[in-house]
Amino acid sequence: MIAGIRAKSRAVRRHCMQMVYDAKLGHLGGDLSVADILCTLYFGVLNVDPAKPNDPGRDRFVLSKGHCTGSLYSTLAERGFIQLEVLKTYMQPLSRLNGHPNRNYVPGVETNTGPLGHGLPIAVGMAIAGQIDKATYRVFAVVGDGELQEGSNWEAAMAASHRRLTNLTLVIDRNGLQQGARTEDTSALEPLADKWRAFGWEVIEVDGHDHAVLLEVLGASGTNRPRCVIAHTHKGMGVSYMVDQVSWHHGIPNQEQYEIAMRELA
Amino acid sequence: MDVPAILSDQLHDCRGAFSETLEILAASDHRIVAVVNDSVGSSKLGNFRRRYPDRLINVGIAEQTMIGVGAGLANGGKVPFVSGAACFLTARGLEQIKADLAYSNANVKLCGISSGVAYGELGPTHHSIEDVGWLRVLANMTIIVPADRWETAQAVKAAAGSDGPMFIRVSREPVPDLVRAADATFRIGKSETLREGSDAVIIANGTMVCRALEAAERMAGDGADVRVVNMSTIAPLDVEAVLAAADTGAVVTVEEHSVRGGLGSAVAEVTSTCKPCHMRIMGFAGFQPTGSARFLCERAGLSAEGIAASVRAVIAARGAR
Repeated sequence: MIAGIRAKSRAVRRHCMQMVYDAKLGHLGGDLSVADILCTLYFGVLNVDPAKPNDPGRDRFVLSKGHCTGSLYSTLAERGFIQLEVLKTYMQPLSRLNGHPNRNYVPGVETNTGPLGHGLPIAVGMAIAGQIDKATYRVFAVVGDGELQEGSNWEAAMAASHRRLTNLTLVIDRNGLQQGARTEDTSALEPLADKWRAFGWEVIEVDGHDHAVLLEVLGASGTNRPRCVIAHTHKGMGVSYMVDQVSWHHGIPNQEQYEIAMRELA
Repeated sequence: MDVPAILSDQLHDCRGAFSETLEILAASDHRIVAVVNDSVGSSKLGNFRRRYPDRLINVGIAEQTMIGVGAGLANGGKVPFVSGAACFLTARGLEQIKADLAYSNANVKLCGISSGVAYGELGPTHHSIEDVGWLRVLANMTIIVPADRWETAQAVKAAAGSDGPMFIRVSREPVPDLVRAADATFRIGKSETLREGSDAVIIANGTMVCRALEAAERMAGDGADVRVVNMSTIAPLDVEAVLAAADTGAVVTVEEHSVRGGLGSAVAEVTSTCKPCHMRIMGFAGFQPTGSARFLCERAGLSAEGIAASVRAVIAARGAR
C-alpha cells in the first residue's frame, strides 16, 4: 500500500506543477508540503466512495488551508471524484476548479474554505453530529501552521476537547513558513505541541512526508480525546529549488523552472 | 382581508414562541439541534436542554466556532438552530456566515436573539441595528423579521421545513399579538397586508408592525386610507407587494434597524429602479445613545405618531392625485 500511496503523491505533485504552470496562479509551496498527507488520507485512510460522495456514513475531510487546491483537486481526481481532464481547467474562467474549493461544484469537497481558521470549527461540528448519532465515521481536518494564528482554531480546540471528540483528527501541515516569513519570525507558534496538549488534545509529532508513519497515526483515533498530528513538512517538497523557500508560497515557475521540476518529480 | 382589531394592551416577548416551537418540532424531527454561545438562558432554551440534553450544543463564548460548528452539523445531516444575541451572532462570525453558510449554501438557521435596540441601555455594542444590512448582501441568505409570537413560531417551522441558510430575528421587546384570520398562513418571501388602503403604504416588519397599524388607525381618523404591509421576509423580498405599494406614489418603511441597509434599502432598491415614488425610510440614523428600547424608538420617531407624521409628509410630497 505504501508504494501505491507514494506513487500517487508523485502524481499529485506533477499535477500541481502542471496546473500552476498553466494557470500562472496557485500556491505551489503549500500544495507540495501537504501532498503526502492528502494522499495518505485518500489512498490509505478515508472511508469514502467517489460513486457516493454524499453517503451519510462517509468519513469527512476538510482542507482548512483552502488555498492548496492544486493538491486537493489533484488528489480528488486521482481518487476518482473528478476527472483528471478537469484539472486542465484550474482557475480558468468559469471553471469548477476555483482557486479555493466549492462543495457545490466539486464532489468530495465538504465545505467551502479559503478564509483561514474556518476548517477546524466546521470539522468539530461534523464530529459532534457523528457523536450525537453514535456514528462510526471519522472526521479529519488539515490546517496550515500559519493559519493557527487565527483565534477561531483555539475556540474550536477547546470545544473539541471539552466534548471529547475522539472521532476527530487534526493534521497540522507544519512547514514552518507562512506567506511572508517563517511562522516563528511572524507570530511564534512554538511550543506548538504543548499548546495542543494544554488544550486537551492527544498530540503526535511525525515526519509529514513519511507515508508509513502517516498511515499509522492517521489510521487510528485518539483514545479518549481528539487527536492532533503535527506533521513536520517542507514547503515545496519534491522540487529542489523550492524546498523551504518562502518565495514559493505562491511563486509561479518559469519554463526552465517548470522543466527542472517536472524532471525531479518524474 | 381581516382588519386587525385595535391592538390589545397585552404584550409578549417572542423568544418563548421561538423556543417552544423548536421544542415541539424537535420531538418529531430528530435532525433538529440547537447551538448556543453560553446563551441558553437568553435564548429561552432551558426547557429544550432539559428535554434534549444531547441536542443542545453549547460551544462557549465563541461565535466564530458556533457558526462553523453549525455548518459541520448540517454536513452531518442535522438541522442546527444557531442561537445567540443578534449583535454578536451576526457581527463576530460574519466571515463564517459568508463562507461556511451562505457561500457553502449550508442548511443552518441563525436565530438572532434580542435584535434591534432590545438591549437599549447597554449601548451600541449590544444594539443590533446593522444585522439585516450585513446579512442582506449575502447571496443565498433568507432573512425573516417576525412581527409577533405567531409569526415567530411560523418562521421557525418554515426554517425547519426548508433547505439553506436563514437568519431569523427573535425579538425580546414585547409586542401585541396581531389579529389574523383563522386560516392565515405564513410563506417565506410573501408579505402580509394587514390593512388595506390606497392613499399611502407603510411597509414595516418586526416590532414596528404594531406601531404601523396604530399609525394607520390615527390616519384613518384624519380621513386617510393607509395600507399596512408586514414585510417579514426581507430576503427574498416580496417585489410584487413593493411594486403595488409604489403604485400609490407614497411609501414609508419602518424598521427597528439602521436606515442604511435594511428593509428601507431593500424596498428602495425596487422602487428606485422599477417604479420611483415618494418614500420615507424610518429607522435609526446612527449609533444610538443609552436608553430603554421604547425611549430610543420614540426618540427616533418610531412611534405611532412619528410614523403618522412621516406618512403625512410623504403624502404631501406626492401631492393630491
